[in-house]
Amino acid sequence: MTTRREFLVATAAALVPAAVEAQIDPNQAANRKAAFQAALRKIVGDGQLRRGRVKLELPPLIDNGNSVPLSVAVESPMTATDHVVAIHVLTEKNPLPDVVSVHLGPRAGRARLSTRVRLADTQSVTAIAQMSDGSFWSDSAEVVVTLSACLEEGLI
Amino acid sequence: MARAVVTLPAQAKRGEIIEIKTLAAHSMETGFRRTQTGELIPRDIIRRFTCTYNGTEVYRVDLHPAIAANPLIVFTTIATETGTLSFQWVGDNGYTATETAPIRVE
Amino acid sequence: MSLRTALLLAACLLSAGAAAGEIPLSERRSGYELMGRETRAMQDDDATNPGMLWVLDGEALWRKKAGAADRACAACHGDARTSMKGVAARYPAFDAALKRPVNLEQRINICRTGQQKAPPLAFESRELLALTAYVARQSRGLPINIAIDARSKPFLDAGSEAFHRRQGQLNLACSQCHDDNWGKRLAGSVIPQAHPTGYPLYRLEWQGLGSLERRLRNCLIGIRAEPYAYGAPEFVDLELYLMWRANGMKIETPAVRP
Repeated sequence: MTTRREFLVATAAALVPAAVEAQIDPNQAANRKAAFQAALRKIVGDGQLRRGRVKLELPPLIDNGNSVPLSVAVESPMTATDHVVAIHVLTEKNPLPDVVSVHLGPRAGRARLSTRVRLADTQSVTAIAQMSDGSFWSDSAEVVVTLSACLEEGLI
Repeated sequence: MARAVVTLPAQAKRGEIIEIKTLAAHSMETGFRRTQTGELIPRDIIRRFTCTYNGTEVYRVDLHPAIAANPLIVFTTIATETGTLSFQWVGDNGYTATETAPIRVE
Repeated sequence: MSLRTALLLAACLLSAGAAAGEIPLSERRSGYELMGRETRAMQDDDATNPGMLWVLDGEALWRKKAGAADRACAACHGDARTSMKGVAARYPAFDAALKRPVNLEQRINICRTGQQKAPPLAFESRELLALTAYVARQSRGLPINIAIDARSKPFLDAGSEAFHRRQGQLNLACSQCHDDNWGKRLAGSVIPQAHPTGYPLYRLEWQGLGSLERRLRNCLIGIRAEPYAYGAPEFVDLELYLMWRANGMKIETPAVRP
């Protein structure tokens, strides 16, 4: 059943032209948080998400949100019978919750990834490891995002 | 030209875990930016990175718009045998890039 | 006006007058030192420095034949690692034919049009940035060495005057931030001394490589002044002054900056 809130949001969205809608989404924070939860559920399914075994490294205060160095490492012997099958990284406040997914196996030697990501705002980032025994483990890190002082387009 | 750079050791001992650093030249246009007049700039990103070792896939990455421009991917693999490591990037609008690197394993 | 206000005002006026002139060599600091550990690591490792993507493109262009003369840069200049070593450290340099200093980008275009008989590369084009980055990379680690003589002195003075002149809607001079208040914060970022040690550089804000002129345009827009056009003499005079002001500091091209 559609709640009154869902009906109002849907109607409002239909009446407003796309370009304007993007700027005035009053539920942006809530919508993005819901998308994050949905992405999380899509990975973990009915399984239980446990904290531990995953180490997510991000600088606590970063120079620029356009390029944030990120490293994930998962404790695992990486043998044929006990290894990491996938590593997923998600955010709560970016326009899309998914950041990156790695598919690997024992040949990797170590379950790790280093890359650079875009973060739209000060927020928390979550890394999830999917193990060969079907278990899910996670870690989160908080990042503070600042803006450069002198921009080409000027201050928004 | 589709430019990509890979850095890894030229030789390793059998069973040694080696680190591979890769960089691909790509703007990774998110699809969320707008022009001065308000039009959305369409998404144009690298979607997948694959590393194969003598033909066997050993590492695969699905990239989303949240990956920064000129994507860096650093990972490890076990030096199992002498041969060729092959790296492929595939993305929107028919983007592809390939790099190969030989490895000598003793 | 209360006594306290009068004292505060007096203190401000005194400090405004006291801080003028270039930063002494021993106190010159690169923007590199203000960056986070991870951003510095990005610059230090060629395998992870995105600027290297342009340097590699530049290396390919160096060897590529171009223009009606059908010659590559390499045809005259050979191996850039030897022939271009130290070049970026002394640019902008005086061009006798044009009777004024030119920057490295202009110098490359002078060669392209004069020697290769090819059309000039557009400012901020990928090709020009790549070639400039490749040439400047050959001076990495070398100290900036701008030599001023009677011919170039007037242009240095013009650049210095521009650096110290208030401009824009915010009525700010470059020197007010970068000579008088470096090390303090502006909108969350630490104000650097503004030495162009690593250009062309990969700016995280641009998500790409850009020239010193592009960065200066950002500054001018930042103080709400009309930015000069690329290649404008006002820009080159300012670049000459900035490089001279950074004499002795090491070239870092391709640098990474936020």
